[in-house]
Amino acid sequence: MIEVKDLVYSYIAENSKPEEILKNINISIQKGEFVAVLGHNGSGKSTFAKHLNAILLPMGGKVYIDGIDTSRQEHLWDVRSRVGMVFQNPDNQIVASIVEEDVAFAPENLSVPPEEIRRRVDDALETVGMSEYKNHSPHMLSGGQKQRVAIAGIIAMKPDIIVMDEPTAMLDPIGRREVMKTIEDLNSIYGITIVLITHNMDEAVKAKRVVVIDSGKVIIDDTPRNVFKNVELLRQIGLDVPQATLLAYELRQKGFNIRDDVLTVDECTEEIYKLCR
Amino acid sequence: MLKDITLGQYFPLDSVIHKIDPRFKIMFTLCYIVLIFFASSPAGYLAVGIFSFLVIKLSKVGFKVVLKSLKPLLFILCFTAVINLFFTGGDTILWQWKFLKITTDGIINAANMALRLVFLVVGSSILTYTTSPILLTDGIERLLSPFAKLGLPSHELAMMMTIALRFIPTLLEETEKIIMAQKARGADFESGNLIRRAKALIPVLVPLFISSFRRADELATAMECRCYRGGKGRTSLRQLRVTSLDWIALGVMLIFALVIIFINLGF
Repeated sequence: MIEVKDLVYSYIAENSKPEEILKNINISIQKGEFVAVLGHNGSGKSTFAKHLNAILLPMGGKVYIDGIDTSRQEHLWDVRSRVGMVFQNPDNQIVASIVEEDVAFAPENLSVPPEEIRRRVDDALETVGMSEYKNHSPHMLSGGQKQRVAIAGIIAMKPDIIVMDEPTAMLDPIGRREVMKTIEDLNSIYGITIVLITHNMDEAVKAKRVVVIDSGKVIIDDTPRNVFKNVELLRQIGLDVPQATLLAYELRQKGFNIRDDVLTVDECTEEIYKLCR
Repeated sequence: MLKDITLGQYFPLDSVIHKIDPRFKIMFTLCYIVLIFFASSPAGYLAVGIFSFLVIKLSKVGFKVVLKSLKPLLFILCFTAVINLFFTGGDTILWQWKFLKITTDGIINAANMALRLVFLVVGSSILTYTTSPILLTDGIERLLSPFAKLGLPSHELAMMMTIALRFIPTLLEETEKIIMAQKARGADFESGNLIRRAKALIPVLVPLFISSFRRADELATAMECRCYRGGKGRTSLRQLRVTSLDWIALGVMLIFALVIIFINLGF
């Protein structure tokens, strides 16, 4: 469980006044949730993500992971092993030159006994569907496969929560699909709490809750359906809405009687079909 | 172009040599290198040659591959041989032209140096050909661990090696990308003298360095996220176990060492 209270963070560059990146963020995320955090570049969403496993420490307010205050140095590794983190560029997260060695990196750091590491590595690779590549060299894999290896490396740590910081931003469409499928499975099958930082609306739709951050503040925090209703507001802060939602919105503007909470292409087709009848 | 570099290439085959514990293999290689310098007679080289031949045969890597490893050294090899041939002093002069002279000592010296270099390269190539980089670093880390008490950062060295090996292909790929990008903007890498060409590389190296630092920064964060805090208390997926094969190999190595020493002493 994540509890963020009045989180404030400023970036202090040399010879200039501090720039407030996060202003009073309050969020609480329950176990097993799948939350997407939306925001355009520079909204502070990545900075927020880095607070969840104590890579950054709050300058004001508190972040609690399962009741543990992240700013307490003695619990640092406890927090980091509970909250895994996956980054944008898979190349810069993979440490070893063999897939299974890399997946073993985190448990090795946590002094897990060798037999247990073996078990965890095999399970983690199975979970992301990369078992057959366990003896491969990472640079021979595709972007999506590399990112899945990076995710396996985090799963092997057995975290309760995984924070993904734009994990699909550098991937091709196929890679995106593979990684999104893996993320959804981690949440629905394995019950891992997912915090997905993204600016891709179609990915945000897959979450069960969407938090929109703009200039360091939480603007909306609701289900995807309710969030994407606010087409004007989202556009104002420089975000898109899913294409299906946008089409429905434009049709409504033109005076058609169509639902305002359309999310997927299927729903949109259904609605338009109803109109035509 | 850059992909041809076969630095520390590894051939994943199933052979007896591959199965020897990396710690033993590293020690054997060091031992072999020392022995090359002991064997300074034709009989000695013959023994080293036979031993090397057998090891290559057992490793299943193939002679062609091993000979290929000598290719980049051809120049150095010829250079040392020629220098030794012409500039070694001695009494029995066979041929002389101004300051250049060939003596019997010169011929022996040249042959000695050339053979030593060849065996040196062959020996160390066999080590990297038959040991995966991961096992090699593991082996080095374990072998150096006794010196950790003396302040030698054995884990850190091994970690640096692992990361370096991991990033060689990534950075090569990136270099090629940058070269292509610069070429697309009209950069010329192929013409001009050496200095001009070296200068042309600056626009490749600067972005490469910048991106390497960025990668290093991101990798460090990712490693911290995965609870990396140095070598203390770390366990390892791969456990090195000494098997009977290692003891047999040790026996063979000892016999080889004794043979070389006996030959050297003139038996």
